[in-house]
Amino acid sequence: MIKLIKITKSFNSQKVLDELDLNIDSEKITVIIGQSGGGKSVLLKHIIGLIRPDSGQIIIDGIDITNLNDKKLNEVRKKFGMLFQDAALFDSMTVGENVAFPLNEHARLSRKEINKIVDDKLNLVGLENVTHKMPSELSGGMRKRAGLARAIALDPKIVLFDEPTTGLDPIMRESIDKLIVATQKRTKATFVVISHDIESTFTIAHKIAMLYQGKIVAVGTPDEIRSSNNSFVKRFIKDLRD
Amino acid sequence: MIRFLEFAGRPLVFFVEECGKIILLLLSTISWMFRPPFRFRVIFKQMEFVGVNSVGVVLITGAFTGMVLALQTYHGFRMFGGESLVGSTVALSMTRELGPVFTALMVTGRVGSAMAAELGTMKVTEQIDALNTMSVSPIQFLVLPRIIAAILMLPVLTIISDFVGIVGGYFVGVGLLKINSGIFMARMIDIVDLEDIFNGLIKAAFFGLILSLVGCYKGIYTIGGAEGVGRATTQSVVLSSVLIFISDYFLTAVMF
Repeated sequence: MIKLIKITKSFNSQKVLDELDLNIDSEKITVIIGQSGGGKSVLLKHIIGLIRPDSGQIIIDGIDITNLNDKKLNEVRKKFGMLFQDAALFDSMTVGENVAFPLNEHARLSRKEINKIVDDKLNLVGLENVTHKMPSELSGGMRKRAGLARAIALDPKIVLFDEPTTGLDPIMRESIDKLIVATQKRTKATFVVISHDIESTFTIAHKIAMLYQGKIVAVGTPDEIRSSNNSFVKRFIKDLRD
Repeated sequence: MIRFLEFAGRPLVFFVEECGKIILLLLSTISWMFRPPFRFRVIFKQMEFVGVNSVGVVLITGAFTGMVLALQTYHGFRMFGGESLVGSTVALSMTRELGPVFTALMVTGRVGSAMAAELGTMKVTEQIDALNTMSVSPIQFLVLPRIIAAILMLPVLTIISDFVGIVGGYFVGVGLLKINSGIFMARMIDIVDLEDIFNGLIKAAFFGLILSLVGCYKGIYTIGGAEGVGRATTQSVVLSSVLIFISDYFLTAVMF
């Protein structure tokens, strides 16, 4: 379980998160939607401790990570995998080396075992024969798949996704959506996705949280959000669709 | 008046601030030096990049520096019959000053800029954030190996530069300007001490620290996309070069 309690964060004089509260359920896909530049990425980076809040608390599996030192924070981070917007694969390494990286760092496994896991994870995300390719040789969708393979290499309990379908064509977007759903079913991990893509959100989410002006203004299942009579929720969805 | 002082002092404040941040990065890097895992493979890879791949450029600049030094000093010394001092002047200049400084400047242009560009690109494409999310310290993984490699390889490159500079000076002095070979060598051996060479190498190691630290600092604090990477690269070369000249004066004052 991830708990965000009264998180406030400002950059210079601009308040990006304003006493934000959110509970994220375990073993489910939670999608946080909001407009571009609305603080979604900032929120995600709080969850993994890349940004510290000005005030408030972040609780991960019962551990308050808000003021943890780097060493303890690194221990908590081992529960996480993260897929960045542009995958953030290491340019100087092959795809195989990228996926093997967290295993080499944190798992005490033989080279043979690591190679097997790399192949398994790449197969899981639908990539074949790319182990020896450099990230620059892959298309945008393939890079995201490789990034996901790296994110789940250590079988983390929590996987974070930063705008996984941004910049992809509709076919590739659908394919990444299916991949997220299928991967979550197999791994039973907690997936937290941030997005401004309302169609993808309704496709993949077990729970949707709406971020507006630094606060979570509505939370519910896709059906609850879709059938909501709340005029604000309706307008929010319409704005995102437009 | 206050406004004028504020305006005039801004560059100084910026410079001091930058130096302070660089020193903080250095302290953080030192603290990671003694904590496992020790990444020897990454260090050797950086040593190849900093050292082996810079040999060509160091050979050329070192040789021509020694040659031009011999040519210039010969014409000056000839006026009072001191041609025999050309060899010792070239050797002393190369080992104490020109070897370490020119090597450091060439490596700054080739390696310091590349460090800033590579780490800057990693920063703006979130690869450094990715390292953090995988519980890997970017300072330990990226900064420390580069700094160790530069500190170790700059003295080696300087030895090469000193050697080819002296050989170049010999070639011009003895080969072209017909200075007696025995006198050229004898005066050089008389005047140049082992301490001159050794102190030059200490300078080189210090310059290695400066250029790698500044390159990494500018890289990991890059903001603003491709434009930011370009700016970081330029700034790293300018700041490293300035710091190399400033520190050269103080190191010389202390050591010689």
